[in-house]
Amino acid sequence: MLYGYAGNTLRIDLSTQKIEKEPLKKEWVDDFIGGRGFTAKILYDENPPNVDPLDGENRFIIAMGPLSGLFVPASGKTHFCTKSPATGGYGDSNMGGHFGVNMKYAGYDVTIIKGKAKEPSYIFIDNDRVEIRSAKNYWGKGSMEVEESMKKELGEDFQILTIGEAGENLVNFACISHDFGRQAGRIGIGAVLGSKNIKAIAARGTKSIPVFDPKGLLKKGKETYEACRKKPGFKGWTPEGTAGITNWCNDVGALPTRNFQTSNCDYADKINGKAILKELKITDKGCFACPIPCGKYGYARTKLGNAYVEGPEYETLSLLGSNCELDDIHSIAYANYICDELGIDTCSAGAVVSFALECYEKGYISKEEMGMDVKWGDLDSIVHILKSIAKREGIGDILALGVRSAAEKIGHNSDKFAIHVKGLEWTGYESRNAPGMMLGYMTSDIGAHHGRCWVLGSDVATAVGGDKNATVHDLISGDSRFDTIPRAEHKNVVPLVLKSQHLRPAFDILGTCRLQYMEIGLETRYYEELYYYATGRKMDFEKDLLLLSEKIWHLNRMFNKREIPDFGRKYDYPPARFYEEKIPSGPNKGHIMEFAVIEEMLDTYYEARGWDKNGIPTKETLERHNLAL
Amino acid sequence: MGLSFNNETCSGCKACELVCTLQNMKEINPSRAMLHVYGKFPEPGKYFVDICDQCGICAKECPMDAIELKGRTYRVNKDKCDKCLACVPVCPVNLVKIDDDGYPYKCINCKQCASICPRDALIFE
Repeated sequence: MLYGYAGNTLRIDLSTQKIEKEPLKKEWVDDFIGGRGFTAKILYDENPPNVDPLDGENRFIIAMGPLSGLFVPASGKTHFCTKSPATGGYGDSNMGGHFGVNMKYAGYDVTIIKGKAKEPSYIFIDNDRVEIRSAKNYWGKGSMEVEESMKKELGEDFQILTIGEAGENLVNFACISHDFGRQAGRIGIGAVLGSKNIKAIAARGTKSIPVFDPKGLLKKGKETYEACRKKPGFKGWTPEGTAGITNWCNDVGALPTRNFQTSNCDYADKINGKAILKELKITDKGCFACPIPCGKYGYARTKLGNAYVEGPEYETLSLLGSNCELDDIHSIAYANYICDELGIDTCSAGAVVSFALECYEKGYISKEEMGMDVKWGDLDSIVHILKSIAKREGIGDILALGVRSAAEKIGHNSDKFAIHVKGLEWTGYESRNAPGMMLGYMTSDIGAHHGRCWVLGSDVATAVGGDKNATVHDLISGDSRFDTIPRAEHKNVVPLVLKSQHLRPAFDILGTCRLQYMEIGLETRYYEELYYYATGRKMDFEKDLLLLSEKIWHLNRMFNKREIPDFGRKYDYPPARFYEEKIPSGPNKGHIMEFAVIEEMLDTYYEARGWDKNGIPTKETLERHNLAL
Repeated sequence: MGLSFNNETCSGCKACELVCTLQNMKEINPSRAMLHVYGKFPEPGKYFVDICDQCGICAKECPMDAIELKGRTYRVNKDKCDKCLACVPVCPVNLVKIDDDGYPYKCINCKQCASICPRDALIFE
């Protein structure tokens, strides 16, 4: 008996309409545990090498972990994986909400979808009943509009994921939307569903998940919820959620502003968590089993219209807010709503729109190409660009490729301020004076994403004599108004980056959210014990889970080497803006990330990882991790 | 009084459904829980929880008098129950459910949902 798992893999071939259920492979469980472990293994093994990301043969994988859906705090993460149309390499993205747990209750730990449906379709899953149904009535409609309609048609207890127009039109940063405000945003995961003619997946599961020791899990689960409740961050962090960090980021000079030209703005108080609570919020909105709901569901009022919207989260506040110079919380929330309905990742959206605004300001994009006279900080302009991207009209057709490819087409050295790594747009932390954070973004397997590494706290805290293991709650409740802001020495950041790169994705393997650990400091021993009662297996968080996390890091690096013809060191460089332009204002005025420092950090990092000078894992490293590739 | 619900604080996490089935049925399966969490989105953007308030309609409907009031709680007496399930459709919140052996089951005021709720949205007084 496989405890902690539903026990099955669902395989769907959209071209042949063949639907098969098979037992979950024991070697996947033994060697890769779940979630992100499963997807890394399956994508490497089953994706045909060098397949076009938008070809039917590219796999779309959904995976849950052994703790998913169990009596464990925030066990509702759904993990998606595919070859990314944004980067051409390994791509994964996950979301909260209630979708994945229903897949597991329906009996499926892993779902592997390939092929292309003949017509716009959706996948219907009701326990053992799996069908490919026509989505003609839903195609062309907005994500939340479709979710609302499908729930009316199928029943409130079905959990729906959808793509918007951006996914249908194969925008490289199209997202998956779910639960009226949750997204798997990154790597263009929505475009891959769109390329398969799949508008939505509706799932309902009503089966039990077998666990090794139900009484033990009940007792430990209660203890774990109680431990969360006793953390200072339970009451301190939860009210504002991720938006609570906005002022801290601005104060330490890390808030992306005006397409990452600078790292500080003078209107942070207008676009922070408190502004959300005062101006927008209707309710806290939690994901499955989460004791610290970061979702803030609210109502935005603007001259363009009013909208119900979840968020904005910190990444959206910084990237659609200060990075586009939008200084009004209602406007940011409305732009957030437009992204959600069109099915666009708000992170990449903020980076792409600000890139477009800078190109327009410099005269690299004409008014005719743009379709209107656009301005920084203007909601009309931002919504216009977002819609042109989703519909692929005018310059939107080029911007839909993401900043890397758009810069190639626009020219004028605009690649210097196309803020990305490996083709994935940078998220909400300007890092010219944060060497660890910079290195984390540079070396992330999926491109510039904070979900893989976040060491901004230690970049700042170690330098001011603080605790380098401080939680985000500790940081935001502390004093961040320094006269000068020293930083961690770049020579010392590699071990911190490696630890974070193994730690953060580790929760994606188990199938839980990482925020209980990251934001309020829930100890890892709880996860070891919950895992034991769920599966009957012993797991040491440091020795076993973080080692697997490292193994996956090597595996995904090898996937990128296989799929990207000239893959290597040059794919780890940040955009030139960060090593050629000094920060012009704010607390980090004058700072730059010297290219020599970038090279030195990469050398140290590669050596510590067991990779060669070009950033490719050595034979010995692969053998050490039993990776026979 | 007994179990009550405050929708100003509920965030829809369903921890109550999880603990309900694990405590009472030793299984992980929120769909079998004796309370039901749901959201109304996009408008008005609020969560609701259907709970058993021990109204006793199920007991009145039972031809065998198998649902008995013990203190403030109606409990199914399996020795009397003939599995006719007349009690199931009359529940105003659809929370009389059917177990694997065909017997009806319902909330027994174990209070675990109120004690686990991280938002203090379920209160037992």
